[in-house]
Amino acid sequence: MGSNMAEAHPVGFQWVIEAKARGAKVIHIDPRFTRTSAHADQHVTLRAGTDIAFLGGVINYILMHDLDFREYVRAYTNAPFLLSERYRDTEDLDGLFSGYDPQTASYDASSWSYASTPMDEQPGHHLKEVSAPYQHGAGGPFIEGAAGGIESDPALEHPRCVFQVVKRHFSRYTPEMVERICGVPQELFLDVCRAWTENSGRERTTALVYSVGWTQHSVGAQFIRAGSIVQLLLGNIGRPGGGIFALRGHASIQGSTDVPTLFNLLPGYLPMPDTTHEDLATYLDGVRGRGQKGFWGAADAYMVSLLKEYWGDAATAENDYCFDYLPRINGDHGTYRTVMDMVDGGKVFGYFLLGQNPAVGSAHGRLQRLGMANLDWLVVRDLAMIESATFWKDAPEIETGEIVTEKCRTEVFFFPAASHVEKAGTFTQTQRMLQWRDQAVEPSGDQRSELWFFHQLGVRLKEKLAGSADERDRPVLDLAWDYETEGDEPSPSDVLRHINGIDLNTGRTVDGYLDLKADGTTACGCWIYSGVYAGETNQSRRRTSRFETGPYDAEWGWTWPLNRRVLYNRASADPQGRPWSERKKLVWWDAEAGEWTGHDTPDFEKNKPPDYKAPEGASGVQALDGDDAFIMMRDGKGWLFAPAGLADGPMPTHYEPHESPMRNLLYGQQGNPVRKVYGRPDNPSNPAPPEAHSEVFPFVFTAARLTEHHTAGAMSRQLPYLAELQPELFVEVSPELAVERGLHHLDWAHVITSRTAVDARVVVTDRMAPLRVDGRVVHQVWMPYHWGQTGLTKGDVVNDLIGVVADPNVFIQESKVLTCDVRPGRRPRGPALLEYVADYRRRAGITTETGTRIATADGHVERAHIESDRPEEPS
Amino acid sequence: MTAENSFYGPLEDPAGDAGHREHPPRMGFFTDTSVCIGCKACEVACKEWNGIPEDGIDLLGMSFDNTGMLGASSWRHVAFIEQERPLGRQDAGLADLPVGPSSTEEAEEVVADALEVARRGGGDLGTAPVDLGFPSFDLPGAGTGTETRTQFRWLMSSDVCKHCTHAGCLDVCPTGALFRTEFGTVVVQPDICNGCGYCVSGCPYGVIDRRPDDGRAWKCTMCYDRLRDGLEPACAKACPTDSIQFGPLDELRRNADRRLAALHEAGVTEAQLYGRDPEDGVGGDGAFFLLLDDPEVYGLPPDPVVPTRDLMSMWKHAGVAASALLAVSAAVFVRGGRR
Repeated sequence: MGSNMAEAHPVGFQWVIEAKARGAKVIHIDPRFTRTSAHADQHVTLRAGTDIAFLGGVINYILMHDLDFREYVRAYTNAPFLLSERYRDTEDLDGLFSGYDPQTASYDASSWSYASTPMDEQPGHHLKEVSAPYQHGAGGPFIEGAAGGIESDPALEHPRCVFQVVKRHFSRYTPEMVERICGVPQELFLDVCRAWTENSGRERTTALVYSVGWTQHSVGAQFIRAGSIVQLLLGNIGRPGGGIFALRGHASIQGSTDVPTLFNLLPGYLPMPDTTHEDLATYLDGVRGRGQKGFWGAADAYMVSLLKEYWGDAATAENDYCFDYLPRINGDHGTYRTVMDMVDGGKVFGYFLLGQNPAVGSAHGRLQRLGMANLDWLVVRDLAMIESATFWKDAPEIETGEIVTEKCRTEVFFFPAASHVEKAGTFTQTQRMLQWRDQAVEPSGDQRSELWFFHQLGVRLKEKLAGSADERDRPVLDLAWDYETEGDEPSPSDVLRHINGIDLNTGRTVDGYLDLKADGTTACGCWIYSGVYAGETNQSRRRTSRFETGPYDAEWGWTWPLNRRVLYNRASADPQGRPWSERKKLVWWDAEAGEWTGHDTPDFEKNKPPDYKAPEGASGVQALDGDDAFIMMRDGKGWLFAPAGLADGPMPTHYEPHESPMRNLLYGQQGNPVRKVYGRPDNPSNPAPPEAHSEVFPFVFTAARLTEHHTAGAMSRQLPYLAELQPELFVEVSPELAVERGLHHLDWAHVITSRTAVDARVVVTDRMAPLRVDGRVVHQVWMPYHWGQTGLTKGDVVNDLIGVVADPNVFIQESKVLTCDVRPGRRPRGPALLEYVADYRRRAGITTETGTRIATADGHVERAHIESDRPEEPS
Repeated sequence: MTAENSFYGPLEDPAGDAGHREHPPRMGFFTDTSVCIGCKACEVACKEWNGIPEDGIDLLGMSFDNTGMLGASSWRHVAFIEQERPLGRQDAGLADLPVGPSSTEEAEEVVADALEVARRGGGDLGTAPVDLGFPSFDLPGAGTGTETRTQFRWLMSSDVCKHCTHAGCLDVCPTGALFRTEFGTVVVQPDICNGCGYCVSGCPYGVIDRRPDDGRAWKCTMCYDRLRDGLEPACAKACPTDSIQFGPLDELRRNADRRLAALHEAGVTEAQLYGRDPEDGVGGDGAFFLLLDDPEVYGLPPDPVVPTRDLMSMWKHAGVAASALLAVSAAVFVRGGRR
C-alpha cells in the first residue's frame, strides 16, 4: 500500500519476484494499476487518502473474528494495559479524542495516558509547533513510571484495557463502510482480509510495504500507525518474512534523517533542544525521562559524545560540553514555514540548496519560487543547472509578470557538484544499511563533493572569524573540525570513523553505542551508527556474497543498530525464548550457553534470560524484562494505542484529506483536526465538505513517479537515454473520464486547482478506473511530477498544483491527494493564466479562510486558522 | 557451409557451420517476459555500453512504450501491452467497479496516427491497425459501445535481435560485414558495411535497420566485446529481475522448459515459448522468449521464415528453367536447321 515498488524501487523489487517464484502472494492496493500491479496476484483500486478506513476495516475484521495472534499480542504489545478514566474516544466525541483545543487546533494528550502513569495536563500547541513527535524518534516520548509496572488485564477483557479500547475505536469500520468510503467492493475487501490473516500466525508471516504514498498525507503518520497495528495484532513484527518495509523516497535519504539536516533533530534521532531546555541536564531529563524502560535511558552518553565530536577539547563538563552552543528552536522552522518567511520578507536572507530543487520538487512551486526571488543570496550546488538556479529568468512567474528578471534582488551562486561516482562515502538505504562506495573517477573542472564544500566552508568561516571576541562566534570558532585531509580534501573514511565514535583516551574507534560514555571520554557523531567502524575496519565496505553468509547477509555492508537486520527480533521467539515455530525461527534463547543466538544478531541484551524480571526502581536498560521485546519503547511493548507522542491521536482515525469531494462518513470531524494549515492568501485551498462548491474541483488528483525519471528531474531530464523513454508530461485518465470531459488520447489538456493550471498530454488508459464512493462515481487522475523548464524534455511543474498543508507530527506536506478539474486544450499563458485561475477561485467561493476551519465535529464553532498578522500577498 | 541444413531446418552448430573450428558453446538470451517489470534498464544499459545515439524524444502513447520498435538505434525495446483479459489467476479487482468501455481500441487508432508522423531513425513504425482476425470477446456484430471492463492485465516484454540459427540478414549481406561469431551470434561490422540495405529486407523480424544520417546498418551484437572478455551482455547484467537471462543456449532452453511448466501449473495457460524450437522457420533463435500471449500481440511475426529457406529450390527451379530454355533453344536450332 502507498507504494509502487516495481517502478520506484525496481532493484529491490527483484526480491518480490523471487518470493513470488517461491509461492508468495502479492497484493497491491493503490489508486491506479501500475507496473507493480501487473505482477500482483490481487490488485485493489482505492480512493486516494482513504487508507486508514481500509486498514481500520482490516483491524475490525481481525478483532471481530478473533484472528489476532493472541499470545504475541498479550506478551509483546500494550494490549493488556489499562487507560486513564479521563480518556474519551472518537466514538464519544464525533471524531475527536479527549483533550482537543479548537483555539490552537492541538491536543493536550494527558488524558490518553495509562491509568498507572498519569500525565500532567500540557497544552499541545507548543509541541505541535516544533513537531515534537518527530523529535521523539524511536522511543516515543516518555511515560513516567513505565518501568514500575503498569496496571493491566492479561485476559484483555477490562473495558479500559487497550485491547478493548482499540476494538471499540474501529467497531464501525465494517466492510460496508470500507466499500462506501474507499470504493472497494466488500467481497474484494474481505478477500484481502482473509489472505492477510490466513497468512499470519505461528507458521506464516506477511510483510507490509509502504512508501511515499503513505507519508505525504495530512494523516500520514497515522497511516503508518494503522499498518503497524495490523502487523502487531497478527504477530508479524520482528519475525522473518514479516515486518513493515518503509521504502524511502530516494537514495540515501535514510541517511539524511539518521544524520539529519532537519530543524528539529540531531544525529541518531536525538531531539534538537528548544527554548525550555536551559541546560544539558534539563535536556537529558526530557529525553530520558524518569522511571522508564529502554535504551533511551543512555541518552546522556549519546548526547555528550555528540557534543564532544562537535567541539572536541572545548567541550568540558564545566561548560556542559558546550550544550549552549546548540541552537534552540522555538517554533515551526520547517521548510514550508521558512519559505513563507522568505516570501514575507525580513526574516530569511540566504538559502543553501544542496541537491534539492524546490522550484520543481517541493509542494506549491509558485510559493517556492517567490520565496527564492526575495532573498539576498542563494547558493545552489547540483549536477546540472536546475530550475531553482535559473528561476530568475525562466520561472513560470516571469511569464505571468510576478517575477521580473531585472528587479529580482536575489544573487544566485551556482557550484557544480561531484556525482556519487566522483567521491567516496556511504549511502544509507531503506533497510538501514550503510554501504560504502569507493571513488571511481576524479571530478573534472570545479566540481567538488559535498564533504569538501562544507569542510571548506567551516575552514573559511573560522578564518574569517578568527580573533573575534563576540560570544556569538564561539560555536563556529570552537568546532573541533579536525578531520584528516589530503591536501584540501577531507577523508571520508575518517569522517565515518568520527561518526562511529572514538575513544578519546586511545584514539581508536569504539565497537558500538554500548561503549559510549557520558563523562566526555568518547566522541561520536551518530550513536545509532556506532559500530560501523568497529575495530578500525570500515564495516560498510564489506561485500561478502549472500551465497557465503547466512540468510541475513550479515557480512554485506552494515546495518544500524549494531548490524541487526530484523528490528525487534526478540519477538520472533515466545516469552520463554523458543521460536514460535520451526519454520519461522530467527533468534532464540540458548539456555546452555546462557545467551540469545540465531540467524540474525539478536536485538536484545545478549545474556538477559527470557524470564528475567527487573528489580524495583530500575530504569533505562536495566528496567527491561526478559519479555520486553520492544527495547526502545518506554514500556518495552509494541503500541497498539499510543498514550503519548502523536499530535493527532493515540489511534489512527479515518479523516478525509484536506481537499476531498466527500464528506467524512464516519464522523462529523471532516479532516485531521490537528493538521497544519497555513491560511494565507498565497496558499489557497480547494473547498471540501462541509464547505460549498467543492464540485468546481470534482476529481481526485494524485501524483507519483515513473521509473524512467528521478524526482524533480534534474538527474534524468538532462540525459537523452532517459528523456527518450518518457519524453513528455502526461495526465492519466480513465476512458470514462475521457468521455465525460471530452479528452482524447495524446491531445493536450490542462489540470486546474486553486493554485494554478498546468498543461499535459492526455493518456487514456484502462489502468485508471472510476470508483463508486457512497453511491457516487468518483474519478481519479494521475500525473508524474518530474517536469520543469530545463532539460531535453520540458514541461509544466506539477507541484505548482499542490498547496501546503502538512501532517502535524512530521510536517510532511499532503501532496498525494487533492482535488482538481481537468479540461481539454491548453491552458492560458501569461497574465491570462492568473485571471483564469482567479475565475475558478471565484466560482468555488475560495477565500483565505477556505480549508482552515479545521474543527468540524459536533459542538465546535467554526474557527478559521489564518495568519491574520501576515501582510496581504498580492495575487 | 557444409552441413545438410546450412540454409534451413535444425542446425546444431551454426558457428561450426560458418567455419569456426574450435569455439565455445553457443551463447544466447532467454527473455522471460513473465518477470519483466518494464523498468527499461536494458534499453539504457545497452545504449550506454554501445554508445548508441538517442532515438527520438517523442511521446508515442503506446502505453509506456516510447521506443516503438527495434531499429538501428534501439537494440533493446520494451513493449507494453494493456489487455482486457486476466493473467493466469491474477485479479485486477475491476469486477464491481463502475467501469465502462475499454480505451484500448481508441488508443490504438490514435497511436497509429501518431506513429506515422513520429520521427524515427531509419525506418517506419507500424501503420494503421489491421484486423488480423483475432478472437474477440464480443459476439460478431454485437458491439454496442456499452461493454464494460471486467479484467485487465499489463504485459511487458523486452525485445531484441533474435540471432537466428539461420539469419536472413547474414545470408544476404554482399560485403561480408555481417558474420557469425564463435559464440554463434550474428554481428555486423560497421567498418565494412556499405549501407546497401539488403539485410533490412532479409530479416523476417524487422530488427536490423540503417541510420539515416550514417547510412550503415546497425543491430544488437549481444555485446560481442563483453563476451570476448568473459562478461555477460549489458542488458542481462542490468536487468534486476533476471527477465533477461544469458548463458549457453542449451542451458537456457532447459530453464525455459522448466519455467513454462511451472507457469502452466500456476494457471497461466497462455504462456508459450517463442523461438525456442529448432524446427521453426529460422532454425530456432539464439535469443528466444517466454511470452504470455500470441507473438502478434507483442508485434512479433507468428511464423518467421528465413528467406533462404527457398534458396535451393529457387536455384533448382532456375536450373530447370535454364535447362528448359537451353533445350527449347537447341530444339529450335535443330528443327529449323536446313532450309
